[in-house]
Amino acid sequence: MSQLVFDPSKVMDIDYTKRTEYLDGLEAIKAAHKVLKEITYTPSLPDKGYTNRSLYVNVDTLEITEKPVTQQMKDVFIGGRGFGLWHLWNAVKPATRWNDPENEIVISPGPVAGMTQYAGTGKSLVVSLSPQTDIPIDSNVGGFYGPLLKFSGFDALELQGKSDKDIILFIDGQKGLIRIEEAPTDPVDSHVLAEVLTHMYAENEADLPNISVVSTGAAAEHSLIGMLNFSFYDRRRKCVRFKQAGRGGIGTVFRDKKIRALVIRGPKVAGDMNHPADPETIAKTGIKYHKEIRENDGSQCMMRRNGTAHIVEIMDAYDLLPVHNFQFGSHPDTHKIDSAYWQSRCTQHTVDGCWYGCSMACAKGADGLVLKTGPYKGDMVTVDGPEYENAAGLGSNCGIFDPDYLLELNFYCDTYGICTITYGTLCAFVMECYQRGILNKERTGGLEMVWGNAEASLEMMHQMARGEGFGKLAGQGVKKLKERFIQNAWGDPQLITDIGMENKGLEYSQYLSKESLAQQGGYALTNKGPQHDEAWVIFMDMVNKQLPTFEDKAEALYYFPLFRTWFGLNGFCKLPWNDVAPKNNSSQPEAHKIPEHVQNYVDLFSATTGIQIDKEELIHQSAKVYNFQRVFNIRMGKGLRLHDAAPYRSMGPVTKEEYESRAERYDKQIVEEMGLDPVGKTTEEKMALHREWRTGRFSKLMDSVYTRRGWTLDGVPTLERLKELGLDVFPEVVEVVKQHL
Amino acid sequence: MKQLVIDFQKCDAGRNCNHECEMECAVRVFKVDDPKQAALQIKAYEDGGGHAVLCDQCGDCVVVCPTEALKRNKLGVVMIDKKVCVGCYMCIGFCEKEAFMRNSDWLTPHKCTSCGVCVKVCPHGALSIVDVPEPPVRII
Ligand code: SF4
Ligand code: SF4
Ligand code: SF4
Ligand code: SF4
Repeated sequence: MSQLVFDPSKVMDIDYTKRTEYLDGLEAIKAAHKVLKEITYTPSLPDKGYTNRSLYVNVDTLEITEKPVTQQMKDVFIGGRGFGLWHLWNAVKPATRWNDPENEIVISPGPVAGMTQYAGTGKSLVVSLSPQTDIPIDSNVGGFYGPLLKFSGFDALELQGKSDKDIILFIDGQKGLIRIEEAPTDPVDSHVLAEVLTHMYAENEADLPNISVVSTGAAAEHSLIGMLNFSFYDRRRKCVRFKQAGRGGIGTVFRDKKIRALVIRGPKVAGDMNHPADPETIAKTGIKYHKEIRENDGSQCMMRRNGTAHIVEIMDAYDLLPVHNFQFGSHPDTHKIDSAYWQSRCTQHTVDGCWYGCSMACAKGADGLVLKTGPYKGDMVTVDGPEYENAAGLGSNCGIFDPDYLLELNFYCDTYGICTITYGTLCAFVMECYQRGILNKERTGGLEMVWGNAEASLEMMHQMARGEGFGKLAGQGVKKLKERFIQNAWGDPQLITDIGMENKGLEYSQYLSKESLAQQGGYALTNKGPQHDEAWVIFMDMVNKQLPTFEDKAEALYYFPLFRTWFGLNGFCKLPWNDVAPKNNSSQPEAHKIPEHVQNYVDLFSATTGIQIDKEELIHQSAKVYNFQRVFNIRMGKGLRLHDAAPYRSMGPVTKEEYESRAERYDKQIVEEMGLDPVGKTTEEKMALHREWRTGRFSKLMDSVYTRRGWTLDGVPTLERLKELGLDVFPEVVEVVKQHL
Repeated sequence: MKQLVIDFQKCDAGRNCNHECEMECAVRVFKVDDPKQAALQIKAYEDGGGHAVLCDQCGDCVVVCPTEALKRNKLGVVMIDKKVCVGCYMCIGFCEKEAFMRNSDWLTPHKCTSCGVCVKVCPHGALSIVDVPEPPVRII
């Protein structure tokens, strides 16, 4: 792979402190706030990573209570996603759906979160019942809310109930007060709302970085794909920026509860606020890692230059970049949105971590974008990213290669509060349906959804935000669109089913998995639906070729979902694990696991909590939560083999064009993999052979992975496995499983 | 900007001195009785030369500091504001000269302030403070 050389002279010179301000209405908005409930409490700092209490807020009854964090919670669920799942499990019943008042949104940072010495240690984990999948969704998000929540005294925040008026929950960890305020005239979209609220609740300029706001936008209200923006104050740009809890529609749940925003004012952060058991080990591990970034990033991933967008051209070169709704893996125009371009377009001479101490600094910002459409037309804004997923999803997958439009799509997704990945995949699906005549201008209400039509994509998004027209329908997500199109007899049901890229109701994230069996499983054999949080294995499978055999792939689908789950239990970011590697990594045994970094994580956990673990125990910790989540899915009526089925587009060529565009590869596979002769066969016949081979292979993979995970062939954790993990102490868990054995 | 420099024609790295520079820096500037905590470290004496860990006020650490705790003062010297610092140690990891120091007993790191205290005590007159132009800000 060719390595880009960073050329500072090609960096665009944009004043990154300049943008449209939205503070004019602040006083009036503030005056309209009405206190509905206020309580005082005693703030406290964590001890060895835990504050040992959580906060429960019911937005309907206005109940605000503290709950103890029990030893059992810490032993079994660790924190973060584990705490979220445990609280949610106790809050809901099997019949509960996302918009029932008992559904919760739980935010928990995890014991290590808030550490400032290592990269990627400021994550919040958000858990809720998803409007898209009807099972728990969890999302790992940066920004300051989670760490500041912990430093204000709480290991987790549970939000339950449904308010009948728009409210804000304000936690002041400096003064020790919690307030629920009615917020009748607050702005709706995140980039305005969070700026206003940050300035409203900060007591002075130095206080701005102590504020973090969780919010969403107009489109979250009218769709099922809403996400949450977690803010942090960028001191250099002097603006509020965001990281997103994107997948699965948690923003929609947030607005269904009529929560306008969560605001926290935490204490001023220092380096020891977790009161870790062994600060010296943390300091040394952190410094070693920062040095590694300094020495290696420039010749490896260039995360500090490009963020995750560094892989756009690599994916294209390996035929893995999703193009035209995952039909193809590359496009001649990719160079217009590759990392060399983003390097020039994203501001470089600034600090871009989403929490203190992140030397990987992937949270790039493109400044000085003047919007061309929508309610903020003409405004100058700073746009986050675009991350790889956004460039691929909003861009190549929809045939859009105009970087300014891509940024604008990215911006509106963010401020309207919808997930860029979900939107990208659903827009690509709509476009393909349009191109194939399943949709037409009449059915879309005039939107010309042809490949590359960025303006149409933007208009569909604006409709989603206004709750109007075809955009509103599209906001239901791919699964419901498929059902609707089939019901209306708008096209061949098999084709619609094959090309709608969702599993469990969640849209695929942006990797072309057709040639990567490991990633096919990595997407479909997941707890929460196809994303790259649980098992991003495509790079090691297809680029680094570290998973050559079937057994390697199955083993990777045992190990990596567990390993990666662990980040979410503790409040870690996944990127610093493998987006840089020690120089000698490739000569280490099990190089694809990056053994030195695994040891770093073992050390950081032990040094924070004082509980000595090793790399095996790390996996064991995750396995408890991962299997608990699987049982949770089963309890909600899903979580079985049938729910892990994958759309054929993720596995092989659905259409003639796809086959013929890569005929040489596919023909060769007929000879080498199937032992047959393609000569004289029609494309249709050859496609049928492929379908049989590919679905058969996938099914075999399912068997192997389930077995390795300690599950039945129907995907149910066995009683022995539950016992091994100590989950048999929960009779309800055992009960759920027993019904399926 | 004020910059501390060393002349290895004069410094003999402890052969005929007692590392007065380090001791004085530790005691007078950082108030600790431990030369290892000094902002300069005269590390070795190799082939007639020597190796000094010295901050040249290049400003790289200013660029990476997430909190703007590091700023140049009027003399161009990079100074740390301990009240703002969050102890992330990125400054330490990103200093190519390894001149950003850490004392295990302190939360915040420390560095050379170009104060000249060490200059005055060197028996060989090997150290001096010079005035050089500030280098351009680097993208790191
Ligand atoms: S690598 Fe990026 S996402 Fe992860 S913590 Fe650092 S800045 Fe945030
Ligand atoms: S600078 Fe002076 S005091 Fe310091 S080691 Fe060299 S000769 Fe000794
Ligand atoms: S401490 Fe290091 S990075 Fe900072 S100014 Fe001195 S030499 Fe440069
Ligand atoms: S340790 Fe303090 S001075 Fe150094 S980079 Fe971090 S915040 Fe800045």
